[in-house]
Amino acid sequence: MTLDLPLIWAVIIATAVLLYVLLDGFDLGVGALFPLATREERDVMTASIAPVWDGNETWLVLGGGGLFAAFPLAYAVVMPAFYLPLMAMLGALIFRGVAFEFRAHGRRSGRRFWTFAFSAGSILAAVSQGFVLGAFVQGINVRDQAFAGGPLDWLTPFSCLTAIALPLGYALLGSCWLIAKTEGELQLKARRWAKRLTLAVAVCMALVSITTLSVNPAVTARWGVSMHHVDWSKLLPLSPAPVLGGLALAWLFLSAGRETTTYAPYASAAVAFLAGYLGLALSIAPYVAPYQLTLWDCAAKDNALALMLVGVVIMLPVILGYTAFVYWIFRGKAKAEHGYH
Amino acid sequence: MHLDPFIVSRIQFAFTVAFHIIFPAFTIGLGSYLAVLEGLWLLTKREVFKNLYLFWVKVFALAFGMGVVSGVVMSYQFGTNWSVFAVKTGSVLGPLLGYEVLTAFFLEASFLGIMLFGWKRVGPGLHYTATCFVAGGTLFSAFWILSANSWMQTPAGYALENGRYIAVDWLKVIFNPSFPSRFAHMVTAAYLTTGMVVLGSSGLLSIRGKATAESRVMQRMAIGLIAILAPLQLLIGHESGKVAHEYQPTKVAAMEGWWETDRQPTILIGWPDDRTETTKVLLQTPKGFGSWVVAGDDKAVLKGLKAWPRADRPPTLIPFWAFRFMVGLGLLMIAIGLGGAALWATGRLDRSKLFQWAALLSGPSGFGAVICGWMATEVGRQPYVVYGLLRTINAVSPVSVGAEEASLAGFIIVYSVVFSAGALYIARLLVVGPDASEPGPPGGPMPVRQMLISTSEPGV
Ligand code: HDD
Ligand code: HEM
Ligand code: HEM
Repeated sequence: MTLDLPLIWAVIIATAVLLYVLLDGFDLGVGALFPLATREERDVMTASIAPVWDGNETWLVLGGGGLFAAFPLAYAVVMPAFYLPLMAMLGALIFRGVAFEFRAHGRRSGRRFWTFAFSAGSILAAVSQGFVLGAFVQGINVRDQAFAGGPLDWLTPFSCLTAIALPLGYALLGSCWLIAKTEGELQLKARRWAKRLTLAVAVCMALVSITTLSVNPAVTARWGVSMHHVDWSKLLPLSPAPVLGGLALAWLFLSAGRETTTYAPYASAAVAFLAGYLGLALSIAPYVAPYQLTLWDCAAKDNALALMLVGVVIMLPVILGYTAFVYWIFRGKAKAEHGYH
Repeated sequence: MHLDPFIVSRIQFAFTVAFHIIFPAFTIGLGSYLAVLEGLWLLTKREVFKNLYLFWVKVFALAFGMGVVSGVVMSYQFGTNWSVFAVKTGSVLGPLLGYEVLTAFFLEASFLGIMLFGWKRVGPGLHYTATCFVAGGTLFSAFWILSANSWMQTPAGYALENGRYIAVDWLKVIFNPSFPSRFAHMVTAAYLTTGMVVLGSSGLLSIRGKATAESRVMQRMAIGLIAILAPLQLLIGHESGKVAHEYQPTKVAAMEGWWETDRQPTILIGWPDDRTETTKVLLQTPKGFGSWVVAGDDKAVLKGLKAWPRADRPPTLIPFWAFRFMVGLGLLMIAIGLGGAALWATGRLDRSKLFQWAALLSGPSGFGAVICGWMATEVGRQPYVVYGLLRTINAVSPVSVGAEEASLAGFIIVYSVVFSAGALYIARLLVVGPDASEPGPPGGPMPVRQMLISTSEPGV
């Protein structure tokens, strides 16, 4: 029996990126919501994510490192193509990452600066990721197995749309997280944020879905939908993804305001993200550098993929296990005074 | 004016990685130190150890945060700035870095939460386990990244297929010739760096008349560590040098400033000049001493740089001087360690003002030695990025130089702000020092009384 190792690796990396989006998404989102909160509330908000953000961000390292290890050619094409937004993201992540510690040590103006840095960094990181996402879906200019475009190729109307959509989505995840982790006035606020953000995200997802169909003929053909014609035999098998997304958002809108819900809003937001993610994956698979290089074109040597697969099969369950354990240790409502060690 | 994109990539990589290494150099050692302190506290139930733990863990949290964010930058730069390198070596180096993420980064990052915020939520045993996992994670991380870097210095166990390197023997790849000595050298370097900082901060407290039981204990622990590890580091470094001479003779010739093929001296002070292909010597040993150090035989005739074509030689000035600074700082550490041990043994340690000043002033020496060591190693590897196989000039990404200049400027600004603030916050902590009577920040980890209850200390 031979395994299709590149395919397995594509699934592993896609899962790592999805976990990144769902996990770091909520803590970036909490940062993005900072401007709407009072000073005391911000301490609670930080306390709710301080013990877990570092683990969350590590999924981004696994996504990037995994791409390097499993699809070196894709890594080598994608990274230069998105040079500027990636650098902006890294810079933003630096600011917000150190702000967790620095906020607690700063005196007055220092603290104010790091609070700002935390929030602005979270928003900028999300915006940059949105640009990368949009530009990725639009496709990369590849010649002779290398990026052959210009430094601003990533900047298009479509990527501007995703650069708005993704931060809103993260803010939605963040507000749902706060519903679960806080109580009282802040939780009520979070419920209001979540409701409004659900509407905004619904609009964005619809816009992104429709425009995605027209960014590349390959995508149009895959979904069987164009301006003039709908090919139901293609659309129907793929339709569960958008339908699931729509239902999840509808349910989120209804449940976010209800006072008995705690984790349900986050769960439905996660399902909505999952649906959107699947929709994109269905559009661009099997390309890892759309629409030129497939995952088989880019894969590393089989013995490298196999060696790493052994590591993943052993370590990933362990990692998921202790990650769950850490979340369990820090279960319950966050309090401002938990924040500081 | 625009620079060559290749040069900008090199400057950016060197700048960001040199910034990054400052923090691992400190957190690897401090992580292990915290594990020792917490272990001693659980074992002996002595307050001093707990107070020391609570003090150093705050410093650790700050340094670790900066280490993590600057590390994430590094893991993307292989692709953004060295994409050709990434394609060609991905099938060999990728899995090593992948294993680093799987075995080290997740472990550190997840248990860090428990270590910093878990006091009230887990028992002492589990908390200690978390500390040990974080400390272990930093060591695993050093293992894999040094394995990757050592493969780039002394490639082994590979084959070339369609212009790309693939592994044929993973054990040979991972345990490549220079890896064992370089891993040992780096971990020892990290422990020494931490030891010097701990010693320096105890010196500071002593000079300011604020010495406490805690600062005395940490001073003695640091002296013990340095007195043992600094001489050991000399031996490990010597071993590294021998390996480097065997596999990367151009690097060692550059570090030593040798041009002619001859029985070599050891140049102590001098100025190598690539243009004239000579080294202006101010002070050197008799001929043969250098041959004896590197090859174990004072009659050995060793190659000088002129034995290789110009295009295959590294620049000499940086390796030459960086190497001397590193070794000089290493000798300084030996002196401090042995001197401190002698003062301690004769009971004069706390009274010696001179020693406390020396401890304070040499506090940052570990960082200097680590950066110099890496500069010597990495510049000495030039013009190759994978020694003998892939030239650095052929490894660079097709990125526009304008974009690179913008990102480099951005990193310089961001890192300056972050570093200044971080250094300020750490300095503030060090000036106050560990203090038993200090209640800690409001809502600190666990008020002292609660801790006593949780471990039911007998008679403290
Ligand atoms: C000798 C040790 C050493 C060296 C040479 C490097 N690192 Fe490092 N790195 C560590 C030791 C370390 C560490 C001890 O594991 C860190 C430092 C502090 C920390 O938070 O973890 C870390 C953090 C760290 C992180 C964040 C991990 C997280 O999310 O927790 C990444 C992605 C990298 N590093 C990547 C790199 C790359 C790509 C390097 C090479 C160019 C590199 N490091 C050199
Ligand atoms: C952490 C300590 C390190 C420091 C301070 C350091 C320092 C440097 C410096 C100064 C350069 C530029 C050399 C030149 O262009 O003349 C460089 C280049 C480079 N290093 Fe390192 N390095 C470190 C670790 C690593 C590790 C662990 C790896 C890989 C696993 C690595 C991979 C590279 C690569 C790919 C380049 C770019 C190509 C080049 O310019 O040679 N470095 N490094
Ligand atoms: C005391 C005498 C020392 C000697 C003889 C020595 C020798 C060496 C040599 C020959 C190398 C190059 C290895 C290679 O390129 O493969 C090296 C690298 C290095 N040294 Fe030292 N060293 C000494 C002290 C120190 C000290 C005290 C520190 C730090 C506290 C240090 C930190 C480093 C680092 C970080 C590197 C780069 C990583 C590596 O290549 O291993 N060294 N050293």
